[in-house]
Amino acid sequence: MIQTTPLRIGGLAAGLLLMLLLVWASIVFGLTDITTRMVVDSVYRFDSSNEHIIIRDARIPRALIAAAVGASLAVAGAIMQGLTKNPLASPSIFGINAGASFFVVLGISFFGTASLNAFTWLAFTGAALAAVIVYTCGSMGRDGLTPVKLTLAGAAIAALFSSMTQGILTLDERALDQVLFWLAGSVQGRELELLIAVLPYLLGGLVFALFMGKQMNVLQMGEDLATGLGQKTILVKLTGAAVVVLLAGSSVAIAGPIGFIGIIIPHIARWLVGIDYRWVIPYSALLGAMLLLAADISARYIIMPAEVPVGVMTAAIGAPFFVWIARRGISE
Amino acid sequence: MSRHVVIRAGKASFLMNKKSIWILTGLTLLTVALIIVSLGIGQLAISPVNVVQAVFGAGTDMENLVVRSFRMPRILLAVFAGAGLAMSGAILQGIIRNPLASPDIIGITAGASFTTVAFLALFSDRSNTLTVSIHWMPLASFIGAVAMGFLVYFLSWKRGGIAPVRLVLIGVGLSAAMQAMTTMMMVLGPIFTASRANVWITGSVNGTNWTEVLTVIPWIFGLTAILFFYARRLNVQELGEDLAVNAGALVQKDRFVLLFLSSALAGGAVAFAGGIGFVGLMAPHIARQLVGSSFGALIPVSALIGGMIVLVADLIARTAFAPLEIPAGVFTAAIGAPYFIYLLYRSRNK
Repeated sequence: MIQTTPLRIGGLAAGLLLMLLLVWASIVFGLTDITTRMVVDSVYRFDSSNEHIIIRDARIPRALIAAAVGASLAVAGAIMQGLTKNPLASPSIFGINAGASFFVVLGISFFGTASLNAFTWLAFTGAALAAVIVYTCGSMGRDGLTPVKLTLAGAAIAALFSSMTQGILTLDERALDQVLFWLAGSVQGRELELLIAVLPYLLGGLVFALFMGKQMNVLQMGEDLATGLGQKTILVKLTGAAVVVLLAGSSVAIAGPIGFIGIIIPHIARWLVGIDYRWVIPYSALLGAMLLLAADISARYIIMPAEVPVGVMTAAIGAPFFVWIARRGISE
Repeated sequence: MSRHVVIRAGKASFLMNKKSIWILTGLTLLTVALIIVSLGIGQLAISPVNVVQAVFGAGTDMENLVVRSFRMPRILLAVFAGAGLAMSGAILQGIIRNPLASPDIIGITAGASFTTVAFLALFSDRSNTLTVSIHWMPLASFIGAVAMGFLVYFLSWKRGGIAPVRLVLIGVGLSAAMQAMTTMMMVLGPIFTASRANVWITGSVNGTNWTEVLTVIPWIFGLTAILFFYARRLNVQELGEDLAVNAGALVQKDRFVLLFLSSALAGGAVAFAGGIGFVGLMAPHIARQLVGSSFGALIPVSALIGGMIVLVADLIARTAFAPLEIPAGVFTAAIGAPYFIYLLYRSRNK
């Protein structure tokens, strides 16, 4: 759709503007009425009024977290879809979010973990473990890595992890109370420190992903051809996997498992800019941030004054999309 | 002498290997033995002889009470829920022709979980008591299971047919969406509902009473009886689309009925016992190792094995960490997931 380089750069700029607009909307709209003026004042002339506290402690962190998490999940999905050539690949379907959640719940329940750093590393460990298991299982068998097998292995591992998570939660009701909203996937009530704690990993993952575009393009031509062109495919795949673990792990640590963004966004990005991964990845990042911001804003209005967890919103948008992709056909 | 026996009753007819009949008898005896042993284990240990006496009401008062009122219902429910899930899985593996299919993977269990948790959340008042009779709960989970089965079925319908792969993928996607909805219901409901729903989702037969058992038994038996009329059609399904059409089967129509039976069996099992995972996956595979893949023998053998798996999982769940109870579903998942990986691994060596 957007085929020339100037247009693509223009598109990125427009996307960036739109995203900033959504960040603004996310700060302003909600149960408490807030004007743009108050936002500016709360930054420069903080006066401890209720509105100012809400802006600084709730709305701004929330908007920034939604943007960061949305971007990471979308980029993780784009890289997974590129590496596995599976249009349904994404952190949630492949059990990576479930693995990260299990480790975090384990930490909270058995070791009483409360430190942000430990949280993050637990999430990374879980994400990495799930990724390794699913990838290994999916590539077993005579016909190697097939999209269907990978999806099934992902579903089974996700089921295992979520069943174990539930097992822990039935034993520990206090933990249940603590993590239930987190488990549903939400960007509400998260502190900015949480984002700052994972920001290095998150940014590292995003930067690596942006520089992987060229290698991903070569890999898309097929493994044999890529090797023939002098690419160390193993290295590319390992880097890709590490990026996915960093991005998905930090997202889960901040916001809990939020599904379907990783599936939807890369498809929209490819529809917009074609299959060139040098553009698909930045577009995915922007679109992912926009989708999660928009989903989070609408989540406040559906059952006001209560809120729908944003993970439920993305599932409601994502499931029909998923069905549509699966119906359109997936090569076996 | 022929190696097979033909069993025929009106329209239900199937071949049964003589070896299978012996296996079936052996497994039935083993199940009964396991039930008796399991009835005797717990805080009050009872010897097998006394258990049998107590079952018929001839033991001491204490033993009668423990065996007949406390342990018997949950053990029977475990057996029947396991049997239902196992048969449901056997049917799905037959029609989808994928060894990895099972009611939990394609989302039937997730659908039932959602409606049941929604039921618990919507009909609880502030003091955490249900405003309607608990007897409606199975209906909720049955509706969820069957609705999900058909939703997956219709969404995978394309160009006049169902491709098994499409069905599995769509099931996986919808199942993820259902889990999100279930969590939402738990978040919105009171914390009491949440913890109760959480136990139920993971699968547990703790606190079963006779009413529940007596509801589930006719359900499972009735569906099994219908299933036997379809056993030979299921055999034809396994040949694959083209061959089955050539053999004269109404492939799509049979698939529709079989999917309904499978969802209904899973729904009945899930209604009381919750989403005990991976039983529908494991039991048919173990059964196939024992009696081969002819459905006449495969279905009853799967049912018995499924029953035993849940029975043993529940036995571990209530004794291992006593007095704490752990949902039996945690144990079936702990055995089932590695088994699933083994199945993927084995497909390499074929």
